[in-house]
Amino acid sequence: MSAPRPGAATPPATGPAPSLSRLTRHADAGRVLLEGVTKRYAARGAAGVDAVAGVDLEVAAGEFVAVVGASGCGKSTLLRILAGFEPATRGRVEVGGRPVTRPGPDRGVVFQDYGLFPWLTVAENVRFGLRQRRLPRGQRHRIAEEFIEVVGLTRFADRFPGELSGGMQQRVAIARVLANDPAVLLMDEPFGALDALTRTTMQHELRRLHRETGTTVLLVTHSIEEAVYLADRVVVMSGGAAHGVPGGIAEIVPVTLGEHRDVNAADFNELERRLSELVHAGHRPE
Amino acid sequence: MAGETEAAPWVERGLRAALGTGVLGLIVLLWDLGVRGQWVLVFDIKMGYLPPPLDVARLTWDFAFGGVYDDAFSGTLWEHLWASTRRVLGGFALATALGVPLGVLMGRFRWVHAALDPAVNLFRPVPATAWVPLVLLIIGFGGQATIFLITLSAFFPILLNTVAAVREVPPRLVEAARMLGTRPAGVLLGVVVPAATSGIVSGLRIGLGLAWVILVLGEANGIDTGLGSMITLAREQVRTDRVVVGMIVIGMAGFLSDRALVHGLRLLFGRRPLVREA
Repeated sequence: MSAPRPGAATPPATGPAPSLSRLTRHADAGRVLLEGVTKRYAARGAAGVDAVAGVDLEVAAGEFVAVVGASGCGKSTLLRILAGFEPATRGRVEVGGRPVTRPGPDRGVVFQDYGLFPWLTVAENVRFGLRQRRLPRGQRHRIAEEFIEVVGLTRFADRFPGELSGGMQQRVAIARVLANDPAVLLMDEPFGALDALTRTTMQHELRRLHRETGTTVLLVTHSIEEAVYLADRVVVMSGGAAHGVPGGIAEIVPVTLGEHRDVNAADFNELERRLSELVHAGHRPE
Repeated sequence: MAGETEAAPWVERGLRAALGTGVLGLIVLLWDLGVRGQWVLVFDIKMGYLPPPLDVARLTWDFAFGGVYDDAFSGTLWEHLWASTRRVLGGFALATALGVPLGVLMGRFRWVHAALDPAVNLFRPVPATAWVPLVLLIIGFGGQATIFLITLSAFFPILLNTVAAVREVPPRLVEAARMLGTRPAGVLLGVVVPAATSGIVSGLRIGLGLAWVILVLGEANGIDTGLGSMITLAREQVRTDRVVVGMIVIGMAGFLSDRALVHGLRLLFGRRPLVREA
């Protein structure tokens, strides 16, 4: 593992700079476009069930969009389609102007259950993607160190995921994708398995990271408060197979609360209540 | 791993060891009493036909180091053990080299599985004993035939455990690797194989254990060095004591080879959590 690689001697000028600012990237790399996206799952002996149908959504580069909606409305399906884990049955799916055909390092995914490699240390997990992209050894180590520090786990770099708390594991998962310099961050209920206190801390950190990196974020969440606290826009989805209608976007609500958001402020609660009503309205069968 | 009791770890370890040796001692004691008392047990086991434990201990010593009887048998243990170990390791290594890669491919790709599964399931139930006559005819007497039988027998548990372990790899880990930009070969070697290591190691241990079982069968024909051939010869000469000595040596060799495999892997993996502790 520690054997010197041929690539180690080359100057680290070719790869992306190990910096949080993404000035080198194409300005539109983080743009997300969904047009008429439908996902049909084959059902036994039936014509199939549309999990989502006719979804149109455009997300600007650097924007933070939260997706809320009752269980089964297809919000995770949309995320998985964007990640390239599942193909859309119909419609256009583009990231950075290029159609999505398979998973790729331009779209980092953060899962609710972390998805860390248990046999690799924190540092090795963070270096995993850099290794796959054949970055020189020195650069891999430098970038990984930097992002481990960004999520505050420098002291735990040589631990294994099984030795860390849930919150710490999710930080590793976030550092792992950020180190890979993604244009878009796709997060599927990333804090859903964490306790309330850790959850709040992680939300603060995600907000800071988004500001520092300028990465586009799509966050699927159950928590309307989380959506209002973090997002520039909140997408409310409704329907779903359980309601007999395909899932789809019911409304897109911009969050105009400015940079500093107070979860106890009146306007914050007002927006939260409105979104909550929208989610519940979409939850009832039409 | 943490014990269930509150006792200090060394106390618990001591108690476990004492229990284990206690039961072994009890078996030897019953054996001795049975031989002296000419017990006849279920299945018409005539304990009186067995050599007493002390004689067996003396003979085992002589087998290993000589100096007691000093006949053709004395001091030949190492020669037999070495010949047998070479065959076991050869067959086991071949079975591993075939079973693990094939199992990974079968577990991961359903077309490979569809292609090979019927053949595997057709050959698997044929016991090694049934292979012996055919092997003697198409390979002939000798070490080659033994290694072939060992390879054949160890191959199936290694293959099937690998297939099962690979199929149980959490899809999430594969997704994580792919979204980080991992190519298919990288997913297979960098994620699927490590994630399946625990199950693969179980298969290897079963395979190695079986290798010693099949050894006796393979060495029963036309071989003059090896623990199996030594037991076969002793039976032909009605030397019950030597048969028992051979059994004990094979048991020890099987036990030690399993320990060696487990400790070797532990050394290889270090503190990396690749294998769940038993």
